[in-house]
Amino acid sequence: MKMKFSIYRYNPDTDTKPRMQDYELEVEEGSDMMVLDALLALKEQDSTLAFRRSCREGVCGSDGLNMNGKNGLACITPLSALKGNTVVIRPLPGLPVIRDLVVDMAQFYRQYEKVRPYLINNDEPPAREHLQSPEDRSKLDGLYECILCACCSTSCPSFWWNPDKFVGPSGLLQAYRFLIDSRDTETQSRLADLDDAYSVFRCRGIMNCVDVCPKGLNPTQAIGHIRSMLLKQGV
Amino acid sequence: MVTSATSLGRSGLHDWIIQRITAVVLAAYVIYFLGFIFSAEVIEFSVWKHLFSQVWFKVFSLLALASIVFHAWIGMWIVSTDYIKPTGIRLVFQAFVILFCFACLIWGAQILWGV
Repeated sequence: MKMKFSIYRYNPDTDTKPRMQDYELEVEEGSDMMVLDALLALKEQDSTLAFRRSCREGVCGSDGLNMNGKNGLACITPLSALKGNTVVIRPLPGLPVIRDLVVDMAQFYRQYEKVRPYLINNDEPPAREHLQSPEDRSKLDGLYECILCACCSTSCPSFWWNPDKFVGPSGLLQAYRFLIDSRDTETQSRLADLDDAYSVFRCRGIMNCVDVCPKGLNPTQAIGHIRSMLLKQGV
Repeated sequence: MVTSATSLGRSGLHDWIIQRITAVVLAAYVIYFLGFIFSAEVIEFSVWKHLFSQVWFKVFSLLALASIVFHAWIGMWIVSTDYIKPTGIRLVFQAFVILFCFACLIWGAQILWGV
């Protein structure tokens, strides 16, 4: 069975503007393959096609792409999940394109850096380790699993319009992961850093992030919790 | 931390909470107003005049008007910071919205207390 692909191509050295290029791939009848495997097969046809990938099993978060209009990881998205005659593959929306399907993630990482995504504990260091009760540990479930693939933030219009000011769903999920950590002592200053008109509050709750997260996480809920924490402090 | 010079509240939390509270006031006003219209046997000038001549309804109406103004200010500020990128045009737009909102509030108060 021949499958059609339409792939976003742009090489800043030779192209003046991006274009869509059509490809065809022979897929064995009754078989299914992941989009990443299809891309690798297409790269054998056309070695100039550029995209990122690494672990090929949804753990590293390198191959976030926009497939038929929806962000996801190419390595865990089967072709059968994409409807229509032609599979349209574009880079993650909203970030500058370096080449073909490779985007510049600097803006995304800057927001990640902003939330200080590491444990800060100013107490006297314990002899062995900071202990945590199983209940406190369970509060981190659904937060620590984020692999920073940027599928959520690049599907968020608020992040598209203000990528320099709005932290974005991914960064906010991480922010909440450390706000709720019983071992972290910087809760107050973390909250103070987030209390401006953009960082948290530019989220309008449209839940695109929840819809696309390949790990099934819920950034909107985490953002809601951050709002509640700010509210408790400010009222 | 981004400072916002033209937003109503200076913090995100402030704007957010004002928008929620004003929304509740507006919902209450609309529900009362619809209830009044559907429960009234006849609606004519004297009925309207009686409704609006009560001080509590004047206060309620003014509160609803103020809520619209604050709600709109915050909402339009958010829309302008999303979609209007050139600083000059954005500032002019925001200034226009703020002045227009205040003009409406003053005009509305004058109309309400003129009844």
